[in-house]
Amino acid sequence: MVVTAARTPLYEEHVRLGAQMTNFGGWVMPLQYSTIREEHRTVREAVGLFDLSHMGELRVTDESVAQRVVSRDVTRLRPGRIQYAVLCNDAGGIIDDVLVYAVADGGYLLVVNAGNQDGDFDWIRAHAQGGGTVLNVGRDWTLVGVQGPRAVGLVQRLTSAELGSVKYYAFVEGTVADVACVISRTGYTGEDGFELFCANGDAVRLWRALLEEGERDGIRPAGLGARDTLRLEAGMRLYGNDMDADTNPLEAGLDWTLNLDKDFIGRDAIMRTREQGLSRRLVGFKMLDRSIPRHGYNVVSKGERVGTVTSGNVSFTLGYNIGMAYVPPAMAEPGTRLGVDVRGAAAPAEVVPLPFYKRPHPN
Amino acid sequence: MPDLSGMRFAETHEWAKKDGETATVGISEYAQSQLGDVIYLELPAVGQQLDAGARLGVIESVKAASDLYSPVGGEVTEVNAELKDHPEYVNQDPYGKGWIIKLSAVKDNPKLLDQKAYDAFVEGQSR
Repeated sequence: MVVTAARTPLYEEHVRLGAQMTNFGGWVMPLQYSTIREEHRTVREAVGLFDLSHMGELRVTDESVAQRVVSRDVTRLRPGRIQYAVLCNDAGGIIDDVLVYAVADGGYLLVVNAGNQDGDFDWIRAHAQGGGTVLNVGRDWTLVGVQGPRAVGLVQRLTSAELGSVKYYAFVEGTVADVACVISRTGYTGEDGFELFCANGDAVRLWRALLEEGERDGIRPAGLGARDTLRLEAGMRLYGNDMDADTNPLEAGLDWTLNLDKDFIGRDAIMRTREQGLSRRLVGFKMLDRSIPRHGYNVVSKGERVGTVTSGNVSFTLGYNIGMAYVPPAMAEPGTRLGVDVRGAAAPAEVVPLPFYKRPHPN
Repeated sequence: MPDLSGMRFAETHEWAKKDGETATVGISEYAQSQLGDVIYLELPAVGQQLDAGARLGVIESVKAASDLYSPVGGEVTEVNAELKDHPEYVNQDPYGKGWIIKLSAVKDNPKLLDQKAYDAFVEGQSR
């Protein structure tokens, strides 16, 4: 069987811009257009443009269905607001991490990871006995990220919507460059900016308008390579790397995404884990030498393997190498010295608080 | 474009340029473009003996860590110390200031490809 990676409506644009393409979550996506370092810096200092159309979108019309599958209390979410949450299995393992949008005309939109969209859809539908409808609308929509200190100004010049009143983790509907969009003040880079949802048929028009208008802001298209180094600096977890179905949200440091006073799938198992105590915790660490930690490397202490690196790379912004790892709770305090097994030698590292990077002027 | 006529390439994408009994070793333009931003190199000690095809070190880019192999055998006489602070030289100038090591007492490796044969090999690989 040959599995063909899907193309987003912006595929031809990426090829025209000279992108190196890669397969990710069943999609062929731009890895980089220039260099990861350049694109990373552009997002930190100016504005970067991302094609995020591989992300999935699921429409859940019924509140009780959303409440049952999502870890947070969705009924507390006012229309126009967004929350980060997880979906768990019965054992409390993380099926996916999602953004939950409370839609004005009722119900919710879940933005889910590319590789999980069909699994999430099946999971939610299986738990929606008789309650409203669940729709997989991910392939009908294009999602574009505009991220960086100049993102808000850029998008504002292309829309009549008053963006100053759109708070972080809120959204409005409006037109951007005459394209009907959901304008969402969210991102996965640690910078301010927007994620814009539009119909596939409008995608190229929106993309080109942003690149053209953004020229004076120093805009550059940015690929998944920079997206990964940016999100790591911001301490944001990557599903499949930093957490999966065998990880529970407490271990992953996502306690704040749990409303344990309401019932949801996985809650009982998470409560039990909390009572029993954790066997490991996700921490951030910085390398004390030049070694680069990578996903899957062992964490060692006094010659023993004590944990696993889940993400790691250079931090272009900070100028040293950083990573995340699962370690025993006793070793999770900032300041704790660890070793990372890099090709057989224990490279020195130190636990540091997450996130590694915070933007200088948060809104 | 630098003069590549004296360079010989390994199928593992390193090059060697002989000058009498000594040789300079680096990675190819194709290799640097595939690796992307180089951020760290782990290099051998001066004096180390390397056989042709032996692992000489590790090159790390933002994307991955990859082994480097010596295209020719010899004794390491110098490593490019500039790369410690400027690993990006490997991207910017892989045939010039991005050189990696120098070897002496170099023996010829008949398996190496000239530029034309290497280009054809790369084209066959990327197809």
